Amino acid sequence: MTAVDERTTGETPQLEVGAARHRKEDQRLITGRTRWTDNMSLPGMLHMAMVRSPFAHARISSVDVDEAKRSPGVVAVITGSDLADVQGTLPNVWTITPEQKTPAHPSIAVDTVRFAGEIVACVVARTPAAARDAVELVDVDYDELPVVLDTVEALKDETLIHPDIGTNQSAHLVMDHQTESSVGDVDAVIEAARTDGIVFERRYEQQRLIPSFMEPRSMICDPTGEQTVLWSSTQIPHILRVLLAMSLGIPESKLRVIAPDVGGGFGGKLQVTPEEFITVLVARRLGKPCKYTETRSESLMAAHHGRAQHQKITLAARKDGTVTGLKAELIADMGAYLSLLGGGTPKLGAFMFNGIYKFDAYRFDLRTVFTNTAWTDAYRGAGRPEATFAIERIMDDFAHELGMDPLELRAKNWITHEEFPFTSVAGLEYDSGNYEAATAKAKELFGYDELRREQERRRADNDQVQLGIGVSTFTEMCGLAPSRTLGALAYAAGGWEHASIRMLPTGTVEVVTGVTPHGQGHETAWSQIVADRLGVPFENVEVLHGDTQIAHKGLDTYGSRSLVVGGIAVVKAVEKVIEKATVVAAHMLEASPGDIEFAEGRFSVRGTDQSKTLAEVAWAAFDAHDLPDGVEPSLDADAAFDPDTFSYPHGTHLCAVDVDTETGEVTIAKYVCVDDIGKVINPMIVEGQVHGGLVQGISQALFEEAVYDESGTLVTGSFVDYLVPSAPDLPHLTTDRTETPATTNELGVKGVGEAGTIASTPAVVNAVVDALRPWGVDDVPMPCSPHRVWQAVQGRSVGERTVTQPVNPETMQTDGSSGQLPTGDATGGDDR
Amino acid sequence: MIPTEFDYHAPESVDEALRLLAGAGDEAKLLAGGQSLLPVMRLRMAAPEVVIDLGRIEALRGVRDDGESIVIGAMTPHFEVVESALVHEHALVLSEAAATVADPQVRHRGTFGGALAHADPAGDMPAPVLALGGELVIQGPGGQRTVAAADFFEDYFTTALGEDEILTEIRIPKHTGWGGHYEKFTRVAQQWSIVAVAAAVRAEGGSITEARVALTNMGSVPIRATAVEQALAGTPADADSVRAAVAAVAEGTSPPSDINGDADYRRHLAAVLTRRAVLAASGA
Ligand SMILES: Cc1cc2nc3c(=O)[nH]c(=O)nc-3n(C[C@H](O)[C@H](O)[C@H](O)COP(=O)(O)OP(=O)(O)OC[C@H]3O[C@@H](n4cnc5c(N)ncnc54)[C@H](O)[C@@H]3O)c2cc1C
Repeated sequence: MTAVDERTTGETPQLEVGAARHRKEDQRLITGRTRWTDNMSLPGMLHMAMVRSPFAHARISSVDVDEAKRSPGVVAVITGSDLADVQGTLPNVWTITPEQKTPAHPSIAVDTVRFAGEIVACVVARTPAAARDAVELVDVDYDELPVVLDTVEALKDETLIHPDIGTNQSAHLVMDHQTESSVGDVDAVIEAARTDGIVFERRYEQQRLIPSFMEPRSMICDPTGEQTVLWSSTQIPHILRVLLAMSLGIPESKLRVIAPDVGGGFGGKLQVTPEEFITVLVARRLGKPCKYTETRSESLMAAHHGRAQHQKITLAARKDGTVTGLKAELIADMGAYLSLLGGGTPKLGAFMFNGIYKFDAYRFDLRTVFTNTAWTDAYRGAGRPEATFAIERIMDDFAHELGMDPLELRAKNWITHEEFPFTSVAGLEYDSGNYEAATAKAKELFGYDELRREQERRRADNDQVQLGIGVSTFTEMCGLAPSRTLGALAYAAGGWEHASIRMLPTGTVEVVTGVTPHGQGHETAWSQIVADRLGVPFENVEVLHGDTQIAHKGLDTYGSRSLVVGGIAVVKAVEKVIEKATVVAAHMLEASPGDIEFAEGRFSVRGTDQSKTLAEVAWAAFDAHDLPDGVEPSLDADAAFDPDTFSYPHGTHLCAVDVDTETGEVTIAKYVCVDDIGKVINPMIVEGQVHGGLVQGISQALFEEAVYDESGTLVTGSFVDYLVPSAPDLPHLTTDRTETPATTNELGVKGVGEAGTIASTPAVVNAVVDALRPWGVDDVPMPCSPHRVWQAVQGRSVGERTVTQPVNPETMQTDGSSGQLPTGDATGGDDR
Repeated sequence: MIPTEFDYHAPESVDEALRLLAGAGDEAKLLAGGQSLLPVMRLRMAAPEVVIDLGRIEALRGVRDDGESIVIGAMTPHFEVVESALVHEHALVLSEAAATVADPQVRHRGTFGGALAHADPAGDMPAPVLALGGELVIQGPGGQRTVAAADFFEDYFTTALGEDEILTEIRIPKHTGWGGHYEKFTRVAQQWSIVAVAAAVRAEGGSITEARVALTNMGSVPIRATAVEQALAGTPADADSVRAAVAAVAEGTSPPSDINGDADYRRHLAAVLTRRAVLAASGA
């Protein structure tokens, strides 16, 4: 154990909260000594493999399973028509407009496939290999249909993805906001600026990303007991249970869902998937435990993608740079079906395009559109990175237009620290923040002025490697979410969270939490909170989660909600335990409860040396030999907490890039961020969240993009082509914090899980564009690949997708080849 | 990610391997480090019925000095090539190129011979071998033959190796005292080359006396830039002179267009990277 793990046992006990505790869960997670779903095996378990469509849009004219059924070890082959009567439709829980079109989404396609990778049959066999072998033998006849891959094209409604709804547009949502002092709605404000101000318009592209969690999705269903049990590598066991019950007509009480240790999600496992439905249906039909684990190729192709949005942003301002109006017109790609949140994901951006700035009027105009691509949903930040990108990009572009320093322009327009609490134009009340402090600190750590001088020098010298500086002063709304607000936004469920504390007879504690970690370190952070509040050693606190039989209530982990909602529920439950224990302690000490005070694990009678430890009180409640009349023999307590408002972390991120104008290569020279996430429970966990978040945001800016060819085949179908960076590709990250406590919760905490991702993307792209300003460049589409940057330097139009010849998923590039088709003998071109 | 069923053999000599290969005919695949073969088998793009693992044939592994040349066994893993003092001294560019292959795990399993036999146009081993005028020693049922690198690579993933033959070792003429540099252009560290350039240069008194240059991923096979080599001979080892000498390096090449860049961009990169490789190799 290292120094940080040692509790000093001096006079004043060291507080757990604020200590950089090593994470309890890391030993088992890092050494692999844990139960990932795929590591589990049940007696008599069968294995499933999926037959997936190689076509992006086709009618299924026949599915011949005879040969597959005769293959050794095969138990069953199940098609869409076999399940047609029972599979119902996968759920979408966010009807973003009353008119929203929500087409049916069968788990196994019955007559039409709408994206490459959609499941058309499922093979069940005694071994994974036998199942995989038989997949090849299922003979599906497809009649290909025309494909539509881009949302703008889809909006023409020439090829309909769901003919039954008559259009490719799922919903059109418009939200208009204006302050009391505004001259009118956003159109009026823009009109005013046209005559006596500036109107500035930009189009940005949010490319499609793939969440790329480390553990591929895996699930096992055991139908043999009284309750059907589903283990799944999911972020949302509780939501999954409710929706399985509702969608498949299984009584909820007959279902138990377990998310064991889960190897990452990033929103990618915030889904109710066809694979889970199929596993449950097939296991129940066969009466045997069934397991399905996807391959990485399947994951990239068919687990949901993120982002994928065209943005048109109009900014109105006075001549001095004071912003007045903002219009965000968006077309968001839903893929082939509406996912769990569907249009709700881009809708989460509705409150964030205005960022930290004081606009008079704002309009959010969103169209959600179907295409023949994989479905999209939450990916780290979900809606807020898209919004933050647009506002932070346009602020940099606008500063350039005005010839102003981008930080100066921001300072002119942001909410000053005296103005909190501040109601944004979108109607959110930001409780606290100090943008000036975070910015000042970041500027200093970055050496902003010196780097600007260095940039001048390189420009003057016509240096082959130019320096660019990018800014992002972001805020975000997280801690999803106040249930009433969700209701008002037409989301189907609430946003509360549940916790319980079980006081064990010997004085140790079990904490049950409804938020389900998948790598965040809840077990450690919750232990720190409870250890301080109950005065028990950190080691004596055990945190339980992720099994609907143990943590029977909860709404799981996403939207940076665990601490700010789930953690507060824990605090509330602890308070109830203390309240109950105070009554018992008073009885034991023959004092009145009013005279008892509780500190550091001890109940004392005020003004005396009489006291009882929490452990003694716990035992008294357990043996129950002498409890006061009417007091139940239990100190356990439950609490459900529904936040009144969101949480608003903010921060200033500064990025310097070297751009090699000869090759287009971008190297991050310096990255500094100063985040304000309020109070910190464990700085090491925060550091980890910020680092991981930054990397994913930087990666959107520079590396990642899901690309389809014109037939709708995913070109980036393996990690050879879907570029995820590793340590050598990233700079040292300088992270720091300012601490403006949240005023809306007892811990003063704000969410941190998504902040880095939300903030960093525009900082990096702003830096790239800044380096290229002398060439007249005002945008480089993401990812800012060397090729695109080079094209920008050449003065060529950038952003046109260069795509390889159509390739067939079966013969596509592999983990072990460079991406070109092996045509010769050396690797055997035959795909038997 | 499960391959089809296959029979597995692990012979301990080249002769035994050749017999097994002859017996299995075109249903067999040789397995070296498996870093290219296993992924395609797991994706079922290859489905050999017989896999013959060369991993137990000690004779195929290691680097030795053979007078005018160094000789590298086909089963020598990349990391041994990187760490070999002989390679470093006599074939510096090869040593540098091997260090850029993938990541440490892949370099410990993947082999020099496997990389050449695989003949991926984006692979990093073929170009330096070509630049240094390497020769590939091949054993078949009829005995041994030697093929010059220039004749070995025939097309995408296609070499002069017959189905019944085994690549046993590679002879690299010594380039002692030459500088060497492999300039590899990628977007992320573990990526295959978008374009790369292998350069070996002999320089004296600030001038290039001789140069060997070959290009990775500028066509279906690695390309020796002979015209550039000639233009470089006698050129001062400075940026402007080298820039002029290598300007036409991409002439006549047909590089691929893909998500990492179109053919034009690759041609441009080839000239930039050749200049950088040559300058680095000449110690400038
Ligand atoms: C993630 C990843 C990244 C990679 N990145 C790179 C990279 O950046 N640059 C690069 O150059 N390579 C890269 N590689 C490939 C690596 O270099 C492989 O090691 C190499 O391509 C094949 O060598 P191997 O020993 O693994 O051969 P195997 O995969 O075992 O065999 C490859 C082929 O060669 C044949 N073969 C093997 N040995 C012989 C022999 N002695 N005689 C006849 N035929 C033979 C096999 O039958 C097979 O067809 C990467 C691989 C992976 C998995």
